[in-house]
Amino acid sequence: MGKVILEVRELTTKYVTRFREDVYAVDHVSLKVEEGKSLGIAGESGCGKSTLALSLMGYYFPPLHYISGDIIIDGRNISGMKPDDVRKSILGREIAYIPQAAMNALNPTQKVIHFIEDVVQAHDPTKSKKEIYEMARTLFETVGLPASVLQKYSVELSGGMKQRTVIAVAVILGPKVLIADEPSSALDVTSQKMVIKMLRDLMESGFIKAMIFITHELPLLYNVTDDIMVMYAGQIVEKGTAREAVFDPLHPYAKGLMGSIIVPEEGLRSARLTAIPGVPPNLKNPPPGCRFADRCKYVRPECRVASVPMREVGEGRMYRCVLSEKELREAYQNG
Amino acid sequence: MAKRDQICLEARGLTKVFGFGRNRTVAVDHVDLTLYEGEVVSIVGESGSGKTTLAKILLGLINETEGEVYFQGKKRDIRSYRRKQEYWKNIQAIFQDPFSSYNIFNKIDTVLLDCIHMRGGRGLPHAQKVEMMAEACRFVNLKFEELTNKYPFELSGGQMQRLMIARIFLLKPKILVADEPTSMIDACSRATILDMLMQLRNEIGMTVIFITHDIGLAYYVSDTVYIMERGRFVESGSADKVILTPSHPYTKRLISDVPKIYEEWDLSTV
Repeated sequence: MGKVILEVRELTTKYVTRFREDVYAVDHVSLKVEEGKSLGIAGESGCGKSTLALSLMGYYFPPLHYISGDIIIDGRNISGMKPDDVRKSILGREIAYIPQAAMNALNPTQKVIHFIEDVVQAHDPTKSKKEIYEMARTLFETVGLPASVLQKYSVELSGGMKQRTVIAVAVILGPKVLIADEPSSALDVTSQKMVIKMLRDLMESGFIKAMIFITHELPLLYNVTDDIMVMYAGQIVEKGTAREAVFDPLHPYAKGLMGSIIVPEEGLRSARLTAIPGVPPNLKNPPPGCRFADRCKYVRPECRVASVPMREVGEGRMYRCVLSEKELREAYQNG
Repeated sequence: MAKRDQICLEARGLTKVFGFGRNRTVAVDHVDLTLYEGEVVSIVGESGSGKTTLAKILLGLINETEGEVYFQGKKRDIRSYRRKQEYWKNIQAIFQDPFSSYNIFNKIDTVLLDCIHMRGGRGLPHAQKVEMMAEACRFVNLKFEELTNKYPFELSGGQMQRLMIARIFLLKPKILVADEPTSMIDACSRATILDMLMQLRNEIGMTVIFITHDIGLAYYVSDTVYIMERGRFVESGSADKVILTPSHPYTKRLISDVPKIYEEWDLSTV
């Protein structure tokens, strides 16, 4: 077991709406990422994946509010820090975040190198422009981007190139953890592959120590990350290695997700896709029991009574359901 | 499988050139396309390969530089707006971005009423129109009672895309051009949308042109697949043949770039 780089214990955050209603988008989430490992987070839109990513940075601004829980990066607890301190000392150095439409982050009136200068000098004003240029060039060469990109404007770059540039800028200060929130969902398959390869290279060359990868594309997650967590309505419902989560899911929701996989492989046309009926619950007043109960095929009366705790089966394997592993497997076999 | 007897739409030597001189870009380059009635055809390619341009030409949204489009055996005539409207009764589209496909000033009732009017239902009694709208919404699992007096932007992306399908349900076109209808929707709602589209196709027997960069999706839905590279079709044939035994290097590369779950994903070939 490697050194734990990022540990999150029972993190809860909420949104406060215009009408002063509380929406608990991240509800008692715990996770651990070891050095050199990557963790994938899957789930449908609105389940709190992106909010979790924002919450992990410890950088809260309204309408997002921190409630409870610990975020420990390499032994340092950053929860409860002031947003300004977080921005100055944590973001970029300890933890870096790539949002979904990262390619729009580039300023169209600035060359890429000037953008990098701004980023680096905000954290370290003593660095000269020459040093920054050298730093950027070395980094770009490591990740396979031509150094000529530095002298270009963002409009001169293609979508995939922009995305890779922004990722490179995000990791220039050598963060320990990189949070990638759907970094490839706006790209076509070839550019997506390049982005993934770049993230791999960054991990292997030690620029980043751990990665959290968020997407709704399970085949992608399966190929990129070591572990997969499935989120539903703000809670973690399943956790396991990538292989376990894709081929042998325990939670009925995770099982349903696997039915929506589309890959160009033999057997896809005969195996029809199975959509999960219904919609996720409204998180303003979530149901007291299991949040998936209304959409679950195997629902029982006891599901709706009280909140369901995580059950642990084997090493690092967890799921949130009232049924035992044996009961679930039997239910799946009988359809 | 489609009955391969009646040709629905035919394109001959379709070409579109943007710009001139140094900036001359051939987006679609002498494309021949034959659509049979009731068939589902996919056009697959990377971004920038000219898929959307081809779709827009077929829809009559932009004019072709060269070539002809034949609709049901006759050369299509869309020289005036009135004729275009006539043409659009037969060919409709679902676009990639549901958030920008609606007129933001129109309520959902108006969106659906327009469709009924377009099918010549202007004179129907109001109660019947409401019943038709409610039926269309039921088909896509939306509740019409909750949607009246709402604007499209109050819906989620998946709901908007489903409303788009409800429009198609009311319009009952001969041909549907679906331009990446699920690329902005997450994987879980994608299955729902695709199933609805396919169910609708079976119900009203329309021809579907599916434009996508997701080769897995193309394989799942279509009878025939065309692979497009730089404005040209490089490979075409039945879905099984093209996807499982690709012959063109471009097709092979596209397929190898998609993450898979049963085979190793080779990252070294970027």
